[in-house]
Amino acid sequence: MNSNVDSRSQYFLLAIGFFLFALPGTIVAETASTAATTPPVPLVPVPHSSAASEQEMTPYTEIVVGAEAKFDMLPIPGGKFTMGSPESEPGRKPDEGPQHEVAVEPFWMGKYEVAWDAFEEYTMKMNAHRRKVLSQPATPNDKLADAIAHPTPPYTDMSFDMGKDGRPAIAMTHYAARMYCKWLSTKTGRYYRLPTEAEWEYACRAGTKTAYSFGDDPAKLGEYAWYFENADGKYHKLGAKKPNPWGLYDMHGNVCEWVLDQYDPDYYQKFAGKVSNNPFAATSKMYPHVARGGHWDDDDPAMLRCAARRSSDQEWKQQDPQLPQSVWYYTDAPWVGFRVVRPLREPTAEEKQKIWDEGLDAEGEGARIAYPEAVVEK
Amino acid sequence: MHEGSMPGTSPVKNANRREFLKTSSAAAVGVGLAAQFSLARQAHAAENDDTIRIALVGCGGRGTGAIQDSLQANQRVKLIAMADAFGDRLNSSLDQLMRNGKIAPMIDVPEDRRFVGLDAYQKALATDCDLVILATPPGFRPIHFEAAVSANKHVFMEKPVATDAPGVRRVLAAVEESKKKNLGVGVGLQRRHHGGYIETIKRLQDGAIGDIIAARVYWNGGPPWVHRRSELKQQYGRDLSEMEYQLRNWYYFVWLCGDNIVEQHIHNLDVINWLKGAYPVKANGMGGSQVRRGPDYGQIYDHHCVEFEYADGTRMFSQCRQTEGCWSSISEHAHGSKGYADISGHEIFADGSKPSWQFPRGRRQRDYEQEHADLIASIRAGSPLNEGEYGAKSTMTAILGRMCTYSGQVLSWDDALASTVSYLPTELDFQAQPPVTPGADGMYAVPMPGITKVI
Repeated sequence: MNSNVDSRSQYFLLAIGFFLFALPGTIVAETASTAATTPPVPLVPVPHSSAASEQEMTPYTEIVVGAEAKFDMLPIPGGKFTMGSPESEPGRKPDEGPQHEVAVEPFWMGKYEVAWDAFEEYTMKMNAHRRKVLSQPATPNDKLADAIAHPTPPYTDMSFDMGKDGRPAIAMTHYAARMYCKWLSTKTGRYYRLPTEAEWEYACRAGTKTAYSFGDDPAKLGEYAWYFENADGKYHKLGAKKPNPWGLYDMHGNVCEWVLDQYDPDYYQKFAGKVSNNPFAATSKMYPHVARGGHWDDDDPAMLRCAARRSSDQEWKQQDPQLPQSVWYYTDAPWVGFRVVRPLREPTAEEKQKIWDEGLDAEGEGARIAYPEAVVEK
Repeated sequence: MHEGSMPGTSPVKNANRREFLKTSSAAAVGVGLAAQFSLARQAHAAENDDTIRIALVGCGGRGTGAIQDSLQANQRVKLIAMADAFGDRLNSSLDQLMRNGKIAPMIDVPEDRRFVGLDAYQKALATDCDLVILATPPGFRPIHFEAAVSANKHVFMEKPVATDAPGVRRVLAAVEESKKKNLGVGVGLQRRHHGGYIETIKRLQDGAIGDIIAARVYWNGGPPWVHRRSELKQQYGRDLSEMEYQLRNWYYFVWLCGDNIVEQHIHNLDVINWLKGAYPVKANGMGGSQVRRGPDYGQIYDHHCVEFEYADGTRMFSQCRQTEGCWSSISEHAHGSKGYADISGHEIFADGSKPSWQFPRGRRQRDYEQEHADLIASIRAGSPLNEGEYGAKSTMTAILGRMCTYSGQVLSWDDALASTVSYLPTELDFQAQPPVTPGADGMYAVPMPGITKVI
């Protein structure tokens, strides 16, 4: 039965409006013919960032060129794990089952959640703004990156007065997080995206099988996570708590993290008794998407478990006072952020485009507006 | 002829309904609004239709949001007319609203009640609407508000309510008129309808941190939208007249916007006026256009920093900035003789670092809707809210601050309010000359401290 979900096949589940395909493996005929042609993106070298095999993968520091912003990426070896939670786990919900075997390919993952400084290079157009103010020329990567859809200005202070320095960026829509990955990839020449839900849980568990990556006892949560009990009503500086066994910080708590997948409570049913390779539920509509890991305002420790799944909702932008409401911001979700991954096996240009842009038409008008500032401004 | 689309509503019944809306039930004074409302319903519902008919003037993002808020927050309200200077804005607004299935049945705006042009507000006021939402760029507010009161309409107007002192005086005079007519006047300072703010301010006024000595308020964030001349030309396939360009890119012109201290920061300044139950008597400040420069950024500053003084000596320190990459905060704070309060965080610290009181978390406040619910309920109860005076005086507070940053002078409230410096154009027409025009280099003159006269 493994062939149902192996890397060669894709099958469509039209009844519920989305489909699965192997990732980042081969997506063949359907996409290659329709994908937009994109100009080649030059590689901007940074030390220790290249690897031809899993054995060669090492930690590296990504640098957003033209900015002071840097962030650390850690190699995550490929492997198999049991996804979901057993029915016996306290706080477990039905959408976490049935447990099933999942195989994932190697990737690098952000050691921390994406921080404000790196995020605002894109969202606040800091990168282009800096060039303009300092009269710096645009690199070929800059020119390509400027042409990507950029957020409209936020209505309000999107940090909600919780501070930005060294802290996680928040309150972006799933779409904004995906577009950031596209922008970052274009700036660096390295392919970044959101983790799939399977990759996220695999990295969170870090080889463990317990409710949390440190065991089953929620009484120890405060050593590893910011949540309602200890967060004092706000998010905190990245990396202030203990990491998980693979060196990843804040996988539990601080901010919950977008993953690539559309949320389907019955998604795991399809994999009962099988091993799925790189499973992923592609986006076909604006809501709901999955966010993982729990956050600073969660008062139920069960929401911070490795297997706990959270689904996004229109309510997350309830207070946006403009109509039409922004496709970029969740004014009522000051606790959702994300971290990026970079797969070792780089997909084709068509596959990249699909991962970044799949289902964008569901995001409403304005979603594809390019940012003209860099070309207009003199 | 639109009556045909409203089942059960005849012109005769409309007359009854209007009478009901204007005069209902002074007997209910002293009872909670909800109770009054249900009493009124019992007394009148059988023979009267008390649907409140709303006209929207100004169909941009905020105007469209405001009518949606009102329709979502209320029952038996209806959008019956829309007006905007530009047809494309009106149409896209109506399209957006109709996409919201929850409120689409409350929208009845046939083509003959869609009014376009600079005089569109007059046509909207000439319909049989009961209430008008004024949400154009703020420079027009005094003109529109005067006309609405004159036409005996209840009003909800977005903040700020003017962009210069003569405009504030016109609004204050019209507010007096509206009180005589028992008209409802809501102003879009929604913090006044937010449970967390209401509870915090009440405790501070009751002395939770002793005497208020100082306050700090901030609207420090990134830049807002900009509509560039070149993009507008591309979008509309023609050169825009200077007047149309300024209306489309209104944020950057003082006569339309008031500058960011007036257009945005008014929210934070109003909170301290509310807390104090008073308005500053004088101010000084500084500001400028340090980062944001260019022909599409008009005349306004990108930052202001003002020290306001109240009659009892309380100081309010205020900052507003629209610059990417800097510290951001939109908040209000009060310091007292016995403690400190984060007003915007709804927390009071009377005993050191731990809050002595907090507004309960998890109670979602829908203040953008609540302000409309409160206004409509008060109208139905026969004792309409009138927020016009504090709306005008908090607008004046922000204008006073701007006068200080533009001129570099210390100014008193009285002198500022009496200022005859008017920014409005003498003629409102797409082909008329606006009050400011660009120089040969395409740049507009930016106010210059030490030189610019404001009174």
